[in-house]
Amino acid sequence: MLRLGHRPDALIEVLHTVQQSFGYLDDDALRYVSTSLHVPLSKAYGVATFYSLFTLKPQGEHTCVVCTGTACHIKGSTTILNRIRSRFGIGPKQTTADNQISLLTARCLGACSIAPAVVYDGEAKGKQAPADVIARLEEW
Amino acid sequence: MTDLVTADGVPSAREADGAKPVRRSRRMTGPQVVGHARATAAVCQAAGCLSAQSDKVFEEITAQLVADGVTDVAVKRVGCLGLCAAGPLVEVPETGELFRQVSLDDVSELVSALKSAKPVETKPVLEPFFSRQRRVVLENCGKVDPENIDDYLSRKGYRGLVRAVTELTPQQVIDEIAKSGLRGRGGAGYPTGLKWSTVAKQPGSEKYVVCNADEGDPGAFMDRSVLESDPYRVLEGMAIAAYAVGASHGYVYCRAEYPLAVQRLKAAIHRAEKAGYLGEAIAESTFNFTVELRLGAGAFVCGEETALIASIQGGRGTPVPRPPFPAASGLRGKPTLINNVESFASVPVILRDGGEAYAEVGVGKSRGTKVFALAGRIVNGGLIEVPLGIKLRDVIFDIGGGVPDGRKFKAVQTGGPSGGCIPEELLDMSVDYESLLAAGSFMGSGGMIVMDDTSCMVDVARYFMDFCREESCGKCVPCRVGTTELHMMLTKITEGRATLADLKQLESVAAMVRDTSLCGLGQGAPNPVFSTLRYFRDEYLAHIVDHVCPAGVCALSGGESVA
Repeated sequence: MLRLGHRPDALIEVLHTVQQSFGYLDDDALRYVSTSLHVPLSKAYGVATFYSLFTLKPQGEHTCVVCTGTACHIKGSTTILNRIRSRFGIGPKQTTADNQISLLTARCLGACSIAPAVVYDGEAKGKQAPADVIARLEEW
Repeated sequence: MTDLVTADGVPSAREADGAKPVRRSRRMTGPQVVGHARATAAVCQAAGCLSAQSDKVFEEITAQLVADGVTDVAVKRVGCLGLCAAGPLVEVPETGELFRQVSLDDVSELVSALKSAKPVETKPVLEPFFSRQRRVVLENCGKVDPENIDDYLSRKGYRGLVRAVTELTPQQVIDEIAKSGLRGRGGAGYPTGLKWSTVAKQPGSEKYVVCNADEGDPGAFMDRSVLESDPYRVLEGMAIAAYAVGASHGYVYCRAEYPLAVQRLKAAIHRAEKAGYLGEAIAESTFNFTVELRLGAGAFVCGEETALIASIQGGRGTPVPRPPFPAASGLRGKPTLINNVESFASVPVILRDGGEAYAEVGVGKSRGTKVFALAGRIVNGGLIEVPLGIKLRDVIFDIGGGVPDGRKFKAVQTGGPSGGCIPEELLDMSVDYESLLAAGSFMGSGGMIVMDDTSCMVDVARYFMDFCREESCGKCVPCRVGTTELHMMLTKITEGRATLADLKQLESVAAMVRDTSLCGLGQGAPNPVFSTLRYFRDEYLAHIVDHVCPAGVCALSGGESVA
């Protein structure tokens, strides 16, 4: 925040930094950011809820991001999501009851030529069959 | 955004979603080469190949060469080699060989090939995927190390900028761009020269140049590949634009979903400043220009220019009515030039070789080349650049290699969520701005998704409507409510509960959303519906009248339901 000079227009950058450090944006963090940057809390909350990459809820131990871009869609990303739902009982933006796995979807990772793409804890993998995904998640 | 600094003093980017930092160990260099390298292994380090462990392949090749004491073979990290579907790719430029799907087990074989590699005078004739392309914007992709500015300079980098600031007046630069016939490569096709001269004419000394790197279209990865493979080219194009319009500060607004592009851009900005191609007194002239990087946070609407400006200023990305256009009143109320990545990446070559040379390629009012991302049901998925005016059939069947598994081609989707589906009978059309528009589609940023008979066109229309519904910023009613209504109607059709009256209503609501929405997102949202209705009406009727999904995708025929 110091590096960005407490400028109100640095709100998005600062929220990114906070989320990287704490995993999500809670009330205290939003309050702190809004005071530091001299923006109304309503604006900080408005921005945090407008952009889909920001989350106000804590994430599980591991995150699995399934790309649902056009290429992944026609190559079966929906089937992957359905299998995850039936095996682990979670849909997009949900976390398993034991707090192990958070499932997210991405609009497009830009990895279309290796569709369907799935990101496991920040590591992108291409050409994922539903069985591959389930096997990988079961290891967690 | 982060205080982490790597060994070479460049801030390292972190994973956008905040989970883990991008692995960026101390950068390993290739083996020590004595004298002139007899052969080079250029290992692709763009996102597609990296996800198939091409970084490990690079390290393994280096390790084996060092272990064997080889001193006349170089190993180099390069950007996208194009044929992403067959990654990890390793090219040997001296022999013209391209090794595909190189796994760690294949490295020893590759190394022995490198040891005996002999440079050839005449390169082997390449397959159509490469020979039918014409690389202008991508001329350095897969050739230069994206993190090395000297490599860029050795391939005529920054000559365009130096020529502009030392030999030409800003007006002459604009004239050169106007002569080239370059049009906005983000999709709308607004003449770039005209846009620049509008901004240049605005009074006041405070102006901005903004690079739109918020490549939100699902199925498009051109800008990502350019940023990951040749970031200096984009910065050079921005600097030339700033000189032409009289700006001294610029922003790159990049999607946070592209951590590697962000990381390479940061490094490139840092190194360009050190080398005197950004900052004060560029190329020993009186021209100053600085660039700052801004991250998006996952909102498709931020590709719309007024929403993008709102987001750069740290607010919610909601568009405002135009006029005033950003060219007159944009960032902080000042005149602002906004172009996308590919437009800026086209600029250096125009200034270097002249506008006329650029305009030699193309057809009608669409001059030059266009980068496309081929994906979906296609053999050679990847990044391509073709002259405008090429036949769509040649792109898909010659370059793309057609549809795999002996399936039948059904349609190609261009232009993302504002585009349309082009059926087989129109494949002989020319690929240019006007023809695509006439066919009910849209140039868009350049994603081409090929579909075969396993794709249901109603489901595709529903997919895009779902996208627009979720990405609608909610400001104007036609888009916020209209896309939701359209999505419900399309769902009804895919579930086999619709009647012919619903189809009629679908068409009238779609027209309303198109005509009354505030920005391009809403205006373009019904386009996939219109184009699928125009060419694949029979599929809609099959769902409604016969209660079957011809492709077997939709739930009514027992396929996997699209929850």
